[in-house]
Amino acid sequence: MERLDSKVQMQGFGLHYGEFCALRDVSVDIPSNRITAVIGPSGCGKSTFLRAINRMNELIPGVRVQGDVLLDGESIYDRDVVELRRQVGMVFQKPNPFPKTVFSNVAYGPRAHGIRDRARLAEIVERSLRDAALWDEVKDCLGRSALALSGGQQQRLCIARALAVQPEVILMDEPASALDPIATLRIEDLIRTLKEKYTIVIVTHNMQQAARVSDFTAFFMTDETRAGYLVEYGPSRDIFTNPQDERTEDYITGRFG
Amino acid sequence: MTSHAIAGDRPRGQGASNLRSRRRAQAVAFALFWLAGLTALAALLAIAGYVTRSGIEHINGEFLFTRPRGGLGGEGGISTTIVATIYLILLTVGLATPLGVGAAVFLVEYAGNTAGRAGLLPRLVGVARFGVETLAGVPSIIFGLFGFALFVSAMHLGFSLLSAGLAGACLVLPVIIRASEEALLSVPRSYREASLALGATQWQTVWGVVVPAAAPGIITGIVLSVGRVVSETAVFYVTLGGSIRMPTSLMSSGRTMALHVYYLAMETRAFDKAMATGAILIAAIVLINVLINYLSRRVFAASGG
Repeated sequence: MERLDSKVQMQGFGLHYGEFCALRDVSVDIPSNRITAVIGPSGCGKSTFLRAINRMNELIPGVRVQGDVLLDGESIYDRDVVELRRQVGMVFQKPNPFPKTVFSNVAYGPRAHGIRDRARLAEIVERSLRDAALWDEVKDCLGRSALALSGGQQQRLCIARALAVQPEVILMDEPASALDPIATLRIEDLIRTLKEKYTIVIVTHNMQQAARVSDFTAFFMTDETRAGYLVEYGPSRDIFTNPQDERTEDYITGRFG
Repeated sequence: MTSHAIAGDRPRGQGASNLRSRRRAQAVAFALFWLAGLTALAALLAIAGYVTRSGIEHINGEFLFTRPRGGLGGEGGISTTIVATIYLILLTVGLATPLGVGAAVFLVEYAGNTAGRAGLLPRLVGVARFGVETLAGVPSIIFGLFGFALFVSAMHLGFSLLSAGLAGACLVLPVIIRASEEALLSVPRSYREASLALGATQWQTVWGVVVPAAAPGIITGIVLSVGRVVSETAVFYVTLGGSIRMPTSLMSSGRTMALHVYYLAMETRAFDKAMATGAILIAAIVLINVLINYLSRRVFAASGG
């Protein structure tokens, strides 16, 4: 196995919603400039795991965490959460463009971070839309409402919006689950090109998708108290062809889940 | 399997006869709904028509553009009352909108996550919400008395646009808060999450995404408030006074159109002029509603919704 720099390290991480334990004792090293897929049955804490990395879980009252999460070797709890979220972008399950123009959607992040210069904003918007493989389709209608775009276009717009603040890590929570197969393939192609510049963590329900796009795969399950935990983590090739754990094998061969 | 068993329990043919009676029930219900709708419309047209017909001989340019002259005959026009009404709308809505929207933002965005939790803030939020609900149901004359006691007397503002504007703002505050709260609550959580996930602060999220998305609902609240101010008499009777002079400053007394209708009807012989003023008042309300609806749709379209 090649030596890789780790970008995100989770150390004995656990999370409770009130009394309910959603995730316990997760330790993983997510490598830089690779695509890491997170798979597992419903309710196994995949999204909670993902949202731990940009601290989005904290929006829910009554959340407690244990352990630590490091970004570039430094605890994410030691830095400002707003700055953390600039560095760790997120794409959601359902496309959620703002009810604004295409341009304003992409420019929203940079504007929030204080960029006012119109020429510079235009440059950022174009670059982000190009990187999200959407530029050619929307370059003539930047002033139109983002809600007029198709579902697949909206999701790529949301990716462009996330890219516009120049994050280092991009978290994707089942980004293609609300899309048709063709739009899904376009998103997958896009994800593969993005790993040159970004570290990507993607939650997916679709094992073929995980096998197709990811370099590493983490498999989660729930225990008898419905708490999620990590079963196996490694290169996707190994997980999908030669899993070490019997439960992983049962899951990927479709025996449950 | 189960569904087959259920369908099998029903004798053949019952579906069709059942369908006929269901159709009949629907036809009766529809007829009643139509009747209800037409009755409401007829009532509206009857009022507007009666008022207009009774006052029609006075409705002309001169009536609109000359000032009332006072006296028992109700001589003169209504120009100063139109101006006073416009001033009072601007003042009331200008005072109540920032306060009401701000309160709604606090209740929904900053204190909204506290439901069911113990502590001082949730209890305070509960009290605030209860207060807003209660205020919305308080008779307007109570607001008038409060305005009279506080603004007119205690603060020595006298019968003035300022006193009336402050009392009017208290009156419409619950309307704006509740409309804004509803509007903010209907903004999808995914907008807030998307904004926060981009590294925007909560403040940037609220003013950059949530409030713009809620704007149509907030504007509806403002429209309702304008309607309240235009049609209100009790509050302004005891805070604005009843001067027929042209208001020249915040400290001027004045008379709104609705108040003028009241004075004309109760203290002069010019009942037809009261009707004429009423007709113009109705026309103004319709015009304001149409205008603000149009504007809000334009604003909404520009923001991309």
